Amino acid sequence: MTTTTAAAVPRPGIRLSKPVKVAAILVAWVLIWIPTHGTHTLSLSPADLTPLHEWLNEVNDTVGANRNSSPIFLYFFNEIRAGIDALVTFVQALISQPSFGRPVPVLGWLGVVAVVAYISWFFGNWRVALLAAGGFVFFGLQGLWQESMDTLALTLSAVAISLLIGIPLGIWAGLSDRFNALVTPVLDFMQTMPTFVYLAPLTLLFLIGPASATIATLIYAMPPAIRITAHAIRSVPRAAVEATDSLGATGRQTLTGVLLPLSKRTIVLGVNQTIMAALSMVTIAALIDAPGLGKTVIKALQTLDVGTAFNAGLAIVVMAIVLDRVTTAASNRVRQVGTTHRFRRPVAAGLGVLTAICCYMSYTYVWAAEFPDQAGVGRAISRGADEVTLWAQTELSTATEAIKNLVTFALLNPLQSLLVESPWWLVGAVVVLLAALIGTVRTAVTTAACVALLIGTGLWQDSMTTLAMTIVATLLVMVLGVVVGVWMGRNRFADRIIRPALDAGQTMPAFVYLVPFLALFSATRFTAIVAAVVFAAPVAIKIVADGVRGISATTVEAATAAGSNTWQLITKVQLPMARSSLTLAANQGLIYVLSMVVVGGLVGAGALGYDVVAGFSQGQLYGKGLAAGAAIVLLGIMLDRIARASSPSNSPKGHR
Amino acid sequence: MRLQRLVATAAVTALALTGCGGEKIGDTGSTGSSAAAANCGTFNLAINPWVGYEATAAVIAYVAEKDLGCTVTKKDLKEEIAWQGFGTGEVDAVVENWGHDDLKKKYIDEQKTAVAAGSTGNKGIIGWYVAPWMAEKYPDITDWNNLNKYASMFKTSESGDKGQLLDGDPSFVTNDEALVKNLKLDYKVVYAGSETALITAFRQSEAKKTPVIGYFYEPQWFLAELKLAKVNLPAYTAGCDADAAKIACDYPEYDLDKIVSKKFADANGPAYKLVKAFNWTNDDQNVVAKYIAEDKMSAADAAKKWVEANPDKVKAWLAQ
Amino acid sequence: MTGEAVISVKDLWKVFGHKAELVPRSAELSALSRRELIDRTGCTAAVRDVSFDVAPGEVFVVMGLSGSGKSTLVRCLTRLIEPTAGSIIFEGEDILAADKKRLRDLRRRKFSMVFQHFGLLPFRQVLDNVAYGLEIRGAGKAERIRRAKEVIDLVGLDGYEHSYPEQLSGGMQQRVGLARALAGDPDVLFFDEPFSALDPLIRRDMQNEVIRLHREVGKTMVFITHDLSEALKLGDRILIMRDGAMVQCGTGDELVGAPADDYVRDFVQDVPRANVLTLRWIMRLPRPEDVLDGPELGPDVVVRDAVRLVLAAGKPVKVIENGELLGVVTDEEILAAVTGVEVPA
Ligand SMILES: Nc1ncnc2c1ncn2[C@@H]1O[C@H](COP(=O)(O)OP(=O)(O)O)[C@@H](O)[C@H]1O
Ligand SMILES: [Mg+2]
Repeated sequence: MTTTTAAAVPRPGIRLSKPVKVAAILVAWVLIWIPTHGTHTLSLSPADLTPLHEWLNEVNDTVGANRNSSPIFLYFFNEIRAGIDALVTFVQALISQPSFGRPVPVLGWLGVVAVVAYISWFFGNWRVALLAAGGFVFFGLQGLWQESMDTLALTLSAVAISLLIGIPLGIWAGLSDRFNALVTPVLDFMQTMPTFVYLAPLTLLFLIGPASATIATLIYAMPPAIRITAHAIRSVPRAAVEATDSLGATGRQTLTGVLLPLSKRTIVLGVNQTIMAALSMVTIAALIDAPGLGKTVIKALQTLDVGTAFNAGLAIVVMAIVLDRVTTAASNRVRQVGTTHRFRRPVAAGLGVLTAICCYMSYTYVWAAEFPDQAGVGRAISRGADEVTLWAQTELSTATEAIKNLVTFALLNPLQSLLVESPWWLVGAVVVLLAALIGTVRTAVTTAACVALLIGTGLWQDSMTTLAMTIVATLLVMVLGVVVGVWMGRNRFADRIIRPALDAGQTMPAFVYLVPFLALFSATRFTAIVAAVVFAAPVAIKIVADGVRGISATTVEAATAAGSNTWQLITKVQLPMARSSLTLAANQGLIYVLSMVVVGGLVGAGALGYDVVAGFSQGQLYGKGLAAGAAIVLLGIMLDRIARASSPSNSPKGHR
Repeated sequence: MRLQRLVATAAVTALALTGCGGEKIGDTGSTGSSAAAANCGTFNLAINPWVGYEATAAVIAYVAEKDLGCTVTKKDLKEEIAWQGFGTGEVDAVVENWGHDDLKKKYIDEQKTAVAAGSTGNKGIIGWYVAPWMAEKYPDITDWNNLNKYASMFKTSESGDKGQLLDGDPSFVTNDEALVKNLKLDYKVVYAGSETALITAFRQSEAKKTPVIGYFYEPQWFLAELKLAKVNLPAYTAGCDADAAKIACDYPEYDLDKIVSKKFADANGPAYKLVKAFNWTNDDQNVVAKYIAEDKMSAADAAKKWVEANPDKVKAWLAQ
Repeated sequence: MTGEAVISVKDLWKVFGHKAELVPRSAELSALSRRELIDRTGCTAAVRDVSFDVAPGEVFVVMGLSGSGKSTLVRCLTRLIEPTAGSIIFEGEDILAADKKRLRDLRRRKFSMVFQHFGLLPFRQVLDNVAYGLEIRGAGKAERIRRAKEVIDLVGLDGYEHSYPEQLSGGMQQRVGLARALAGDPDVLFFDEPFSALDPLIRRDMQNEVIRLHREVGKTMVFITHDLSEALKLGDRILIMRDGAMVQCGTGDELVGAPADDYVRDFVQDVPRANVLTLRWIMRLPRPEDVLDGPELGPDVVVRDAVRLVLAAGKPVKVIENGELLGVVTDEEILAAVTGVEVPA
């Protein structure tokens, strides 16, 4: 009697299944909405402030006023700043900026290309070495050698510091459940708090210059290093650890003898993710004078010069792809133990000498130091991009208008009315109930706290507007994720073709495609959604594709042997079996969508994104921008916890 | 043995290459600045992110480097952060300031880290604009009294059943919500969120002949590409914008000015004197901005071209 | 036997879960079955009140179905898992009282363990895997290599010193595990289902290998298995567990001859009784009509070895211990044992 299914006629005392209850709550919401909508919506116009916002402004002012007298600044922040500045300047002196009284950096292009190729070969293989050399020469051909090297210098410094701090913290989090529980929300915060919010305070603490840019980058780039290291430590096979314990190893011996060697491969993947995250900060860091490609993009945007922005954006994409493939190859190499080739050593020595010679020549000779002026390729790329953009703007905009209107009127507007026009208590009650239903009491408590804090930010209505867009964008991301992901998972050829496009979507700075998107879809919420989808869908697609590919061949074989057709195979076997991947894809897709809220604010999304942007631009709105940033974080935590509670892999604790 | 042979081969190759290496670094010597004079030292010039500003800054930087022998360090910064830099000693001058009474109050009056250094000679105008084709087709649209007549034309997916008034470069203060309300206009303010979004909207409006009305300002390089028509709001009178909630008049004309750090002003070096003396017209700035935005010249080349064409003006700044 | 036990376990409990330490202390909770305990408290009693002694040089086997708590029990003995209650005395020393350092020392010199999934380090060659324990205890390099080579020879892996684990078959990998355990020259070897993951033929080889090693090095061994034939083949004594509790402990013929309950009976049902039972278990008291001039045999002779003699004798064979007649065995009993039909009591 207790296991009545959803199909049964509801009778008093019968237990309803979860989907039915969820549906019931949603229906109730709409029913209550009808008489109450438009009341208690907690709206706040863009120019208005709450006392909290004003108080945050004051705090900011106080910090600024005391900057030069407070001992914390004199002895703490200034020291950090000096250290990081020294590091970045040193790397710049090596590869990008005139240094040591010379008109050029220590290493010219030939030296850098040689070193990069050598390192790629040494830790990876021939293929990635060629790719790396080709990619770096391409920067020169684009006419962006120095900008690229500045970006590389800043990225490498930020990554180095991220790893220096992140890996030990990650190990700690891997070993200690308590520490892990402690850092997780901090990491969530670091990853979802929009950079715009802390850019201005950072320059106050660490002054304008490489240090602030590096710190802004590493705040965003360090969390993956910590998370993935912790995960790596946690997934070391128990048998190996236990065997070591049984031999009487000390904690240190276990760490260095077993845990680290066995998690090395995964940790290298963490390095990879850290690099990608750091590269995605290139344009934003340029807003506080970080040198490099980001500046080119921002400058080009001022004159709506899509071509130039695209050329620079392409350099970032190429750099990301090179660094990604090299680190991935390095991590795969870690796995192949004991297959050292007989000739490896002499070859390594020979190539090393060759690299040294290239370095020497690039130090000495002009032709090897300064990339020959070859901006022709860059100009051709810009012109091509301009032409494509122009064509798209004139030829496609009628069709895109139609799509925009469809999604806006059929999906976005109803959802937004429901969220924005409902009284706050109604929305609050609905999400807390849903959280309790899908998750545990704890989920409900967290959700309730998030709702309360959202109200506290004074930006409830803006939060609801942003939430509506976030939900629609995440839905679109998941549709794309499933369709393209399944296709890629089932077809290696499709995978090979699509993957670079996905990499580009993930690393091409949004600023590059804002202009064409604006032309195609006008300054609207839909444009913001499209930008978010472009950025977030690649992650979801990759995760789904990996999930589908990870299904054991025997299962698929068995289903095929049972006579399933392709559609049955996908819907009855592959998708259900990749369910945990789907959940992960939704979760990551959501986080990525949220990280585009601010960019959305630049293209007509209004709401929280605009609040953050305006707060960054106008002093008197600073506090409001900070509150909006916090609201984005809260939305992220709330949605993440609910999503996690509903995921099937979320087994009850006590595991391990 | 194999190793040795390899190393040897490599070394020989290296020697061979070195032999025919080509021009060496330092052969053609001049590294430092060639200019003569000066105890000018380093001049930290903030570059705010719009082309007009960049044009002004480029000319000042060019003259400072060329004629005064300063080492100019340009720093790409948003306004707020640039002003913050006055206090931390990292910014010496901001050379095109649009009003920003709040920042003046904070940094000039309260923290006393900045001082005003006079007008740039440029006049800033803010208001509501439409694309030229609209002004031509609906000549009376430039009078605010007729705006309600056209409201339905401006409806979009974002504005519901009202007309859309496209607002919002987030860097500028806007009174538009109050204006719409107080002038009883049947419009909804939609926040485009960036200058890029505004320019693209006007461009598409002209290209596709779709109606767009929005917030804009001059001097702005885009006006050289597309001469937007300004809508006349009730004229500005002194004090009509005193109460933000009750504003029902046009924006005032801004006298764009220069702000420098207190330290920089007190030192009274050549760079400060140049900044203080600098003055030109909107047309001057538009020319340089056009070089940069339309002709895609580098800021330095654009400045050089203008300076060479206008030696008298430059001489006048330096004379003081 | 008890006086000189190497390991003496008393009232050992291991309960997993929140406030686990309360379970053994509470008479009420400790009386619950495992299922009931989970429903009541959410705790799992993996090991419930187990006591036994292991004699020096003995091969002591712990047997039970999967989930019966064998792995937990054997890990408690070296405190890889911390017991919840009870006592463990090893060579007169209370293991539970040992501090971290002492415990490490014991693990380095006195115990070693062989695991079901080998637990080898994939990035180390066989030689370094075997020498790993010595390395941990700080032995010099030369000594490590010498000793590692020795045990590698002992387990029959010579020639594979420089291979990596993944280049070896499962059986060979487990030989590496065995060598690693032997390298430190421990007093006691623990085996947790070491051969369960291996193919049957290889498993038989490995069992023979253990028998050979036991003969050669004479170590005390505690051997976990879920396979009764393995238990009977290797074990001097066998402890049978169910749901964490001890069901019966005794020699192979005791288990087969006198199963303590249906659980054990089920277990031993398919065992070829003739191979396990001794005459003691099948003899009957002499009846008046028996002719008592047949051949004599001891009570501990395994049935299998007595078959030929008894069938050839054509009359009852006397079972004699210390000159005393315990009973007789005839064709009938022998045939019953060989065909597996239970002898009526
Ligand atoms: N770390 C643990 N936490 C909770 N329960 C455990 C843990 N380890 C084992 N158990 C439980 O204890 C019982 C005995 O497990 P185990 O000793 O592994 O059995 P065996 O080795 O006989 O298969 C099982 O029910 C198992 O689920
Ligand atoms: Mg087990």
